[in-house]
Amino acid sequence: MRTDDLIDQLAAQPRAIPAGAVQIRFAGVALAGGLAALVMVLAWLGARQDLAQAMTGRMFWMKALYTALLGVAGFWALERLARPDGAPRKALLFGAIVLAAFVGMGFGQWLAADPDHRRSMMMGGSWRVCFGYILAMALPGLAATLVVLRGMAPTRPALTGFAAGAFAGGVAATVYGLHCGESTMVFVGTWYTLGVLGVGALGAVLGKWALRW
Amino acid sequence: MTDTEAALKALMLLGLDGDAPAYRLLLSQLGGRLRVYFERRMRDAPGDVEDLVQETLMAVHTRRATYDRAQPFTPWAFALARYKLIDHWRRRKVRATLPIDDYVEVLAAYTPEPGSAMDLDRALETLPERQRNLVRDVKIEGLSLAQAGDRAGVSQGAAKVALHRALKSLGERMRGRADG
Repeated sequence: MRTDDLIDQLAAQPRAIPAGAVQIRFAGVALAGGLAALVMVLAWLGARQDLAQAMTGRMFWMKALYTALLGVAGFWALERLARPDGAPRKALLFGAIVLAAFVGMGFGQWLAADPDHRRSMMMGGSWRVCFGYILAMALPGLAATLVVLRGMAPTRPALTGFAAGAFAGGVAATVYGLHCGESTMVFVGTWYTLGVLGVGALGAVLGKWALRW
Repeated sequence: MTDTEAALKALMLLGLDGDAPAYRLLLSQLGGRLRVYFERRMRDAPGDVEDLVQETLMAVHTRRATYDRAQPFTPWAFALARYKLIDHWRRRKVRATLPIDDYVEVLAAYTPEPGSAMDLDRALETLPERQRNLVRDVKIEGLSLAQAGDRAGVSQGAAKVALHRALKSLGERMRGRADG
């Protein structure tokens, strides 16, 4: 095909693109991924029995805030990485600071605690399943994020996939808080963080081949 | 360069709002710059230049939602071009690195007047018919001198001389227009 003919075709009826199209699409994905995770909690795991009471406590919201901020960092990084010339440095730095601050506080409490309590603070009652549940609940959101990214222009597939995983993992972990009754910062700082980073690692592996265009 | 950037960005913003003529102008202006960009980097495979120009224009079109209206347009467009070029090399197993911001030289090297294609057409019209056909056949359609000579009913040597004269007087006419 001649280039002029191609240009004629492309420019025949260009659809208008709304400002903020990238943010709108990722916000849609966050909503869809969050709903999918919510359905999984309600239909599969069940909400925690003391949910109404827990919601009056500080720790419930600290957990939600931490994982939501990890999701926000992922969103912010994606909003940059979806563009061919986007610089994700500030977003990644933001995510690293959130993570370091929460994990640091968690381990600070843990070290300050009575040694007899340390094991139960760290392991809680559900450390074996936490990672797997967060990973499973994040899969629909991760898949949706990668599909949306395939229509965008990421030029760093592995890093973009990692951000996609952190984004989907942050959303899923926040919803998972409706099921999980653990209430120590060191538990959340360890197992939730590993869950979100695990989704990020999966995203990086998938992104390496799914995000070529 | 900044003028070029401002003009391209203005066209892109109009195109994003659905303005077809502005968008078409953007793509053709960008196409010329992309051609220069790829030609300089693909001297080993000049036959693939046009493919890459087209692939990049398609990427510009299908992925235009990723252009941030608050940012300059040229770095975005040439980041797409750079990705396409690296991908092209990767598929051919060539390892190479490519600086991110070296499209600047293309903007400096290729700065056509907005109406240059029209000027060329007008200058061509002033040539005698036989010379005009020769220029079209050889320089625009890409025929060989022998083929163009066959069309005009003259020998290859005569076609070469006539083409040379035609280009010379064409150059004088366009220069005269620019000076005047």
